[in-house]
Amino acid sequence: MGMSNLPLRSTPRPAAHPTAPSTGVWVGVATISMSFAAYTSALVVRQGMGTDWLHFQLPAILYVNTIILLASSVSLELARRNHAPAGRAQAPDIVVLPGPASRTASWLSVTLLLGVLFLAGQIVAWRQLASQGLFLATNPSSAFFYILTALHALHLLGGLGGLLYVQRRLRRSGALDVGPALSAATLYWHFMAVLWVFIMLLLLVRL
Amino acid sequence: MSEAVPSPEAGASHASHGATPPATHHGPPLGFWRTHVFSLDHKVIGRQYLDLALVAVTTGMVLSWLMRIHLAFPTVSVPGLQHLSPNGAANGVISPEYYLSLMTMHGTIMVFFVLTTAPFAGFGNFVLPIQVGAEDMAFPRFNMMSFWVTALAFLVLVASFFVADGPAISGWTAYAPLSAVGKDAGPGQELGQTLWAVSIAIFCVGQLLGSLNFIATTLDLRTKGMTLARLPYVTWAWFITSVIGLIAFSVLLPACILLILDRTAGTSFFIPGGLVISDRLQPHSGGSPMLWQHLFWFFGHPEVYIAILPGLGIVSTILPAMARKPLLGPRIFIGCMVAIGFLSYMVWGHHMFLSGMNPLSATLFSVPTLIITIPATITTLLWIGTVYGSRLRLTTASLFCLGFLSVFVTGGLSGFFLAQPSIDTYLHGTYFVVGHFHFVMGVASMFGIFAGTYFWFPKMYGRMLNETIGKWHFWLTFIGVYCIFMPMHWLGLAGNVRRYSAFTDDYMKGMLPLHRFITIGALATGAVQLLFFFNIFWSRRRGALAPDNPWEATSLEWTVPSPPPHDNFGGRHPVVYHGPNEYGMAGPTGDYVMQDSPEPLPVR
Repeated sequence: MGMSNLPLRSTPRPAAHPTAPSTGVWVGVATISMSFAAYTSALVVRQGMGTDWLHFQLPAILYVNTIILLASSVSLELARRNHAPAGRAQAPDIVVLPGPASRTASWLSVTLLLGVLFLAGQIVAWRQLASQGLFLATNPSSAFFYILTALHALHLLGGLGGLLYVQRRLRRSGALDVGPALSAATLYWHFMAVLWVFIMLLLLVRL
Repeated sequence: MSEAVPSPEAGASHASHGATPPATHHGPPLGFWRTHVFSLDHKVIGRQYLDLALVAVTTGMVLSWLMRIHLAFPTVSVPGLQHLSPNGAANGVISPEYYLSLMTMHGTIMVFFVLTTAPFAGFGNFVLPIQVGAEDMAFPRFNMMSFWVTALAFLVLVASFFVADGPAISGWTAYAPLSAVGKDAGPGQELGQTLWAVSIAIFCVGQLLGSLNFIATTLDLRTKGMTLARLPYVTWAWFITSVIGLIAFSVLLPACILLILDRTAGTSFFIPGGLVISDRLQPHSGGSPMLWQHLFWFFGHPEVYIAILPGLGIVSTILPAMARKPLLGPRIFIGCMVAIGFLSYMVWGHHMFLSGMNPLSATLFSVPTLIITIPATITTLLWIGTVYGSRLRLTTASLFCLGFLSVFVTGGLSGFFLAQPSIDTYLHGTYFVVGHFHFVMGVASMFGIFAGTYFWFPKMYGRMLNETIGKWHFWLTFIGVYCIFMPMHWLGLAGNVRRYSAFTDDYMKGMLPLHRFITIGALATGAVQLLFFFNIFWSRRRGALAPDNPWEATSLEWTVPSPPPHDNFGGRHPVVYHGPNEYGMAGPTGDYVMQDSPEPLPVR
């Protein structure tokens, strides 16, 4: 400040809003949590009110899928940590070393692979249930199983889309401004893992 | 600020760092489609939302005329209606079932596509980014999707007029099990009801995308100096509304998905076992109709506040500007809005007093319902205190604010009665409730929309609305809505049941004269809206040119040209030094100080 004349009425437009992607994901996390809370309360009420609830054994592959998804969360965290630290604060003419950037890209690929593997595992679980004669309309318990797992898979697909977007931008512009998007995508992916653990526990207790 | 005044080019060239432009910075669009149709510009999207609301409100109003004509003159034939529905209106005379279709569509269209879209998504999209000093919303692509998804939802809903058997008949609340079992429940309950559920599910997605944008923009895109305490009150209102909307629509969406599955996939969430409808045993078991009611009203009551809170913000923005006085107790006002938003999630059961509720639960829902009147009353007193003793400029916008105050109090007072289970038991199924919610939710929100239109139209289109026509529009509408909705309270007290299509052969026959009075009032008040339509369409091209700040208001949208350029501030960002409440003092350009005025505040 320290100027004798009046301060400025306006400033040059900032180049970016680095926090907006993460805020957006946090708001999304709140929304998705709320909608799964609604399904959960519907499940509890429906189970309590009817007398037709059928208990069944969860397919064993779900435990494998859980481990795969948790592993993908770890690999994505490694991708984020290997990303050029504090890239935004550095001067733009500093060349980012190819090492860490490519390591980020590798961990990102591992995450994508694990994500696809998880989805494939979920499809196997659905097929196993269907082969036992448990379909969406068979019983409210199987209905909630399919709804919760399918909606989680749908949201996870969105996360995969986000990771693909980050990967493409990483390839194209080489790293510096990918930070906010990578952080936001990581946050969302971790939330997907937490949400899945919650769904697993709910299904274990209730089905 | 030690650097010299930068050239505008330096601010505009965000690509100078060699980075990909961030998502929020889109250049001016090229070509017709990107400029007017699939635009990323929040100002275009806001106007699109308002245009959609205009189409929707016209549709909803015509539906209400049809209902009113049938209620007052049950044997009258409406020419041409048989072409829209050969079964529902043979020879143009509305059947009881078709009356329910009209009622369902009127309610659904008005609540979702008018009262949610116009005051929140419409004005909010146009004004909020400029008021916080941003060049656009945080996620312009989500914003564009939000509008087009909402437009799609409207098309899906309106399509049900053109399918066999017509639209759903289960009301805008779509109570299960009738909404869940399909065609046995009556005409419109097959494809029409499915389209309803799909439309509302799509609508939820659109509103969630919109709310996400509003929240991220308010939190992250505020310009230098724009602290939360300096946010204009209407932006506070939109922010709180989007938080409410986020929670409400993320519950309605699951409810609609479960309803669609009950209808199409054979599940039994909402349909009990052993249910016989139209002499047919329904092939479902174990579901609970109450589950639908809880999920629906958990959304449904906050929805009332989604419709009304932007109105509170609009009034609190316009009244100080017109009274040339600061809003009384601005922090109390914001606290009241937060309290209303919070309490709105604890009262949903008051819609279900008649659904078979434990008296203790009824009391638990009744108490917060009564408590919510406290912040609403404080808000009203703050407005009266603001206007009291001021030289209020009687523009059309301020008249509609005063009208808002009037109907908000009138509708709020009847809420006291309905909040108590013992009285509600008698009144819930009557016209008393119809009068109540039309005043407090419908008319009050509409007056907020009208006030906002007369206030921001110059900024949106660069032309002033005609004030003489505007004042005629206000007074005739104001008298009209009282003629329509006040008698409904008396009808309700006299035991006039709602949702019936006609009162010819029973004990309610004596109430027909009052119904005829209401119908004439509704048709006349509807005709008065032609003044409004004429004003907005004529003034878009022929109105007087609008200056940058026609109302001498303080917030940032009045610092930019009318209409604002593509990126709002011409490649720069404003710096904010004051709150929005600096009226009634000797400022550099008048009796007010703009938010971006660098001068220190003079002593009041």
